[in-house]
Amino acid sequence: MHIDRYERMWITLAGVMLVIFAIALGFSSAVLGVRLPGIDDQLLPVAAAGEHDIAEGWVRELAPGRYEVNMRARVWNFNPSEIRIPAGSTVTFYIHSEDILHGFKIQDTTVSLMIIPGQTAKATYTFDRPGEYLFVCHEYCGAGHHFMSGRVIVEEL
Amino acid sequence: MAATRVASQSVAGADAYVPPETERKLSLAFIGVGFAHLLVGVLLGFLQGLEHAGIDLYAYVPLIRHYYQGLAIHGVFNVLVFTTYFIGGFLLFAVGRGLQRPLITAGWGWATFWLMTVGLLLVDYTLFTNQASVLFTSYPPLQAHPLYYVGLALIVVGTWLMTVISVRTTLAWRRENPGQRTPLITFGALVTLIMWTAASVGIAVEFVGFLIPWSLGWLPGTDPLLMRTLFWMSGHPIVYFWLLPAYVTWYFMLPKQVGGKLFSEPLARLAFLLFIPLSLPVGFHHQYLDPGVSEGYKAIHAFLTFAVFMPSVITAFTVLASLEIGGRARGGRGLLGWVTALPWRDPSVAAQLLGMVLFSLGGVSGLINASFNVNLVVHNTMFVPGHFHLTVGSAVALSFMGVSYWLVPYLSGRKLFSEGMARFQPWLWFVGMLIMSRGMSWMGMLGAPRRTQLGAAPYFLPEWEMPAWMTAIGGVMLTISGLLFFINLFATLWASKKVEERGEVPLAEPVNGQLGVVPGWLDRFTPWVTATVVLVLIAYGPTLYRLFSEMSLTFPGLRPY
Repeated sequence: MHIDRYERMWITLAGVMLVIFAIALGFSSAVLGVRLPGIDDQLLPVAAAGEHDIAEGWVRELAPGRYEVNMRARVWNFNPSEIRIPAGSTVTFYIHSEDILHGFKIQDTTVSLMIIPGQTAKATYTFDRPGEYLFVCHEYCGAGHHFMSGRVIVEEL
Repeated sequence: MAATRVASQSVAGADAYVPPETERKLSLAFIGVGFAHLLVGVLLGFLQGLEHAGIDLYAYVPLIRHYYQGLAIHGVFNVLVFTTYFIGGFLLFAVGRGLQRPLITAGWGWATFWLMTVGLLLVDYTLFTNQASVLFTSYPPLQAHPLYYVGLALIVVGTWLMTVISVRTTLAWRRENPGQRTPLITFGALVTLIMWTAASVGIAVEFVGFLIPWSLGWLPGTDPLLMRTLFWMSGHPIVYFWLLPAYVTWYFMLPKQVGGKLFSEPLARLAFLLFIPLSLPVGFHHQYLDPGVSEGYKAIHAFLTFAVFMPSVITAFTVLASLEIGGRARGGRGLLGWVTALPWRDPSVAAQLLGMVLFSLGGVSGLINASFNVNLVVHNTMFVPGHFHLTVGSAVALSFMGVSYWLVPYLSGRKLFSEGMARFQPWLWFVGMLIMSRGMSWMGMLGAPRRTQLGAAPYFLPEWEMPAWMTAIGGVMLTISGLLFFINLFATLWASKKVEERGEVPLAEPVNGQLGVVPGWLDRFTPWVTATVVLVLIAYGPTLYRLFSEMSLTFPGLRPY
């Protein structure tokens, strides 16, 4: 099959570019640790801070600067919807939905999750900069979807 | 390896072939119903853009109770109804016109049309009565009225019947014309329909096996992650079902419209065929943030999504080279002189070229969405509609409008109502889309969630103000452009005068001589369908096996809208 010389160069160049992109993505995931959710738990986990409960949300301190959040999402609120932590804290979120699909995105961070009934959504993030971080539901969940939000308040030490 | 000589698409004297009247009417019926729904979709888009800028007009619109009901109709009408109906009309025409023989049979074609239209009426009814505001993705446990799922299922069955009609007609043609290669437009139509038929298995299992019985109360509940996975098995390839008909015209028709030739027939065929195996095993790039799907398989789908970018890379070169042949033949000189020499005053050409320009931006933003952990930043933000309005809302919509500018007069035997309006319309769409998609993408990078009534959100951030206004202003321009198109289209059908001489169907011929032969494997489908099955088993097999074996139908439906 005949392929024009310039077209061959163009295809090769595009292929090389995509390979470089893929390597960069692999690097950011494996070395920099920007990870996606994987297979965690289909049941409510018993994590370091204790038993998780779909009815009641909580925030518990595991050790100085280390927190665990058991969050419940449902139409149209998060519980807890306000989380206070000191700057520099590392927080692990476990989020469950008891009704339909929801989303969870914290502004200005890499935390973004789908919350799927029957699955546990999990993400860890270290909040170095003090301030208020808005989090919103980013999956359509009915007529009041746009009310579903909350805040992580990172206080100066 | 079987090889046949390059044969030009138009045999001397056969150019005059006009499909029989019943087929022309069938295509017009499909195209008319499709655009009528797009009109409603566009008007609702107008409301959505203004809503983001804080102007809520929903209280003044009959039937539409709230933003999300309008959004559900906007999405379903624009990308399911308009696309599928236009594609039905255009591809069935392409099959018959390419083969220069009647379809087997046009009666089946009409049965398909009416079956789909019964389904469509159910969809229309449930959407307008706010009983199906579950949006395009219909993720359970969000539940719609059972008739909504039944209606959509009937439309999908209609697309399968289109495949049956097209394949049977082609097989009959092959018996009548042994040793000849499938004509290009027919070949493109077949690839599109075969790919989609294979891809629609996921959504068919989801709807018929689970959602319909569940919404009727015959199943105790649903498994949200499994349903989501089945949905995206079809939900990503469907974008190529929309895109490939645009490629049919870009590769095989537009070059003729600009006085050029198809630069490389073998690569054009290869690009089309690659879409069959590569369209399917990529759905996890919509599920990067889903718990319950392993990171490893997400990475495999990320690589395969990069792979499906390659046939579009080939397309960019081959189509531009084909256009350049035309531009140079028209006297274009220098590095870019051939671009300005193209017949931009032909509305059909301008619409398609502008669609291509926007698609280059849409391709890049699509690559960003597909980029594994980069998706953490843009997932479910306004960046995503910013992306797909450049693809399905530009490359596809503008190309379908462009095709309609010659196809509707051809099919109806009537003159285009207003050439001047048609000349202006694609440019207004182009500028409006640049502004709107830029607004959306920007807002998304600032964290604004998509599919959200942002104007009413208590958390609306001040930095979203400016891009929200861009979204609204672009949306207004798009609406005006859309209205200009619809007025022209329906005035052509109902108020324009009949013409004696039907125009010609633009069929591009491949450049001869330098190419030699096209290998036989570029005119066969079986190897590509086999490759599809193998790739899907590798990419989806283990995850689907696990999800099905762990399946628990426990979650009841909810209708919070």
